[in-house]
Amino acid sequence: MGWLFLAFGIVAAFGLAALLRRAAMQLAPTEWRSALADMPLTAAFGLMVIAIYIFVASAAPLLAPFPEREVVGSQFQPWSLQHWLGTDRLGRDMASRLIYGARNTVGIAFATTALAFIVGSLLGLWAALRGGWLDQTLSRFVDALMAIPSLIFSLLLLTIFGTSVLTLILVIAAVDATRVYRIARSVAQGIVVMDYIEAARLRGEGSWYLIRREILPNALAPLVAEFGLRFCFVFLTISSLSFLGLGIQPPLADWGSMVRENATLITFGDITPLLPAGAIALLTVAVNFVVDWQLYRASGLKEQAG
Amino acid sequence: MAALIRMIAQRLALGVLTLFIVSVVIFFATELLPGDLASTLLGQAATPETVAALRRQLGLDLPAPVRYWNWLTSALQGDFGVSLANRRPIAELIAARLGNTIFLALYAAALAVPLALILGILAALWRNSVFDRAANAGALTAISFPEFFVAYILVLWLAQSGYFPSMVRISPVSTFGEKLYMAFLPALTLTLVVTAHMMRMTRAAIINLMAQPYIEMARLKGMSPLRIVLRHALPNALAPIINVIAINLAYLITGVVVVEVVFVYPGLGQLMVDSVSKRDIAVVQAIALIFASAYVLLNLTADVLSTLTNPRLMSKG
Repeated sequence: MGWLFLAFGIVAAFGLAALLRRAAMQLAPTEWRSALADMPLTAAFGLMVIAIYIFVASAAPLLAPFPEREVVGSQFQPWSLQHWLGTDRLGRDMASRLIYGARNTVGIAFATTALAFIVGSLLGLWAALRGGWLDQTLSRFVDALMAIPSLIFSLLLLTIFGTSVLTLILVIAAVDATRVYRIARSVAQGIVVMDYIEAARLRGEGSWYLIRREILPNALAPLVAEFGLRFCFVFLTISSLSFLGLGIQPPLADWGSMVRENATLITFGDITPLLPAGAIALLTVAVNFVVDWQLYRASGLKEQAG
Repeated sequence: MAALIRMIAQRLALGVLTLFIVSVVIFFATELLPGDLASTLLGQAATPETVAALRRQLGLDLPAPVRYWNWLTSALQGDFGVSLANRRPIAELIAARLGNTIFLALYAAALAVPLALILGILAALWRNSVFDRAANAGALTAISFPEFFVAYILVLWLAQSGYFPSMVRISPVSTFGEKLYMAFLPALTLTLVVTAHMMRMTRAAIINLMAQPYIEMARLKGMSPLRIVLRHALPNALAPIINVIAINLAYLITGVVVVEVVFVYPGLGQLMVDSVSKRDIAVVQAIALIFASAYVLLNLTADVLSTLTNPRLMSKG
């Protein structure tokens, strides 16, 4: 019976995505229409899911029936009209925590990815631009850090700096910035040999101007696709760490730790603790669908130009 | 032959250098600790005398390079020092669990590698068919799932109905068959996660090769598609496939951490997570060194093996 509902939900979601794509094509300005017309259904579904998550995250206090941290009933209540998804092991409302989790988990993952990207890509572009010993030192240093598996290295750093939201963001961003550095550097290396960079150099422009006005606009397309992939990776890492009790700490509502705290229910056949895990999986699938489409578009456009 | 030996020697030297750098990074990460390890450990009980005594006991009064040398040489002899949390020798804590973790990783690999290769080859063979699309969509979905989600779905589905235990109670007296049965769910979880990656990469490697002129030739002379894949494409795809397998075995090393916690499996990953929450830096360092070395060694083996199967790579050195 549950499987039927799941299948029906997926079909309905894709149907809704198709309708929204139709509507967007009517409303969008003409220059976007061609891009929307060849958008696959999976990408439309992905964009729809991402939009819903952003809406839920920003309107969490309005949508949630109960406050995030308040104990509102007895422990482990079943699903009811008052508590849609029951209560957790302390008696807090599961549905409200799930809604607030969108804000905390996704927000922290997004901030981490953004930080990793700013640091990693700026260093990568700078290294590619300057070359020489600066490039060599930075690259060999990053190689050494990348020889250690990222989860293991994050665990080591978390032991040293302790577990709080701030150290979590800084540690994961630092570990992930090494991966971003590699991509940004290899993308930029193809750009810095172009004539327009040489021309700008001869005009006497500084490094910061070159990175900002000449290299970045040309490296943006692959970096944006990479941002999606890195976000998925960071999001899964932070969720795993929170699940292990080493990431986002209570009483903040967070999807990873919600699974862990209520996992005992699963052995009694209750699927409630799987919902936050499903929320994580759904967002990752959605972002992957959109990234796939973007990568496909980037490669398709390149073929036409070449 | 001389070139071959020189190549292997070069790679091994590079591997040893990488291992050395990894050990330096792991050791000196503790130096980043704000303040002093001894006073952090003592917390409220930190008086100048107790701090000085603990510093002497931990060898913190020695200069860092000397401590590094002592740590590395004793670690190489199997002595990792004592746990900061319970003062037991770390080697003793690790010994029992290391075997369990290796067992789980090998179990998952034995399931995942054949499965991924067969699925990947079939997907490449029937490119753009319904099977290919379904396998790809399935793989993309599996990659997007957190490991604990996959694990709990399996628990709900297979352990709920009583087919397999959801908690692993392995003791030293368990027979091999019992161990296989007990560890089935954690191994299956790892298999599902790793197979998706491996299948996609195998498919890409084979499709890449199928565009080569000699494949076209084989097809034009009327060979069956299966024979082309098995006789012509696969031997040449060995190098990329070996790399794919090594990358995923290396992935298994970190994947075990979460899966061991879900199934209460007595392995290194669980010990590491416990030690991180207790901030037992000595144990975490030792386990990180073991995991990182295994990772480096796997990549090194893959590097050497794939060069052996494809002599053209050797000149690139």
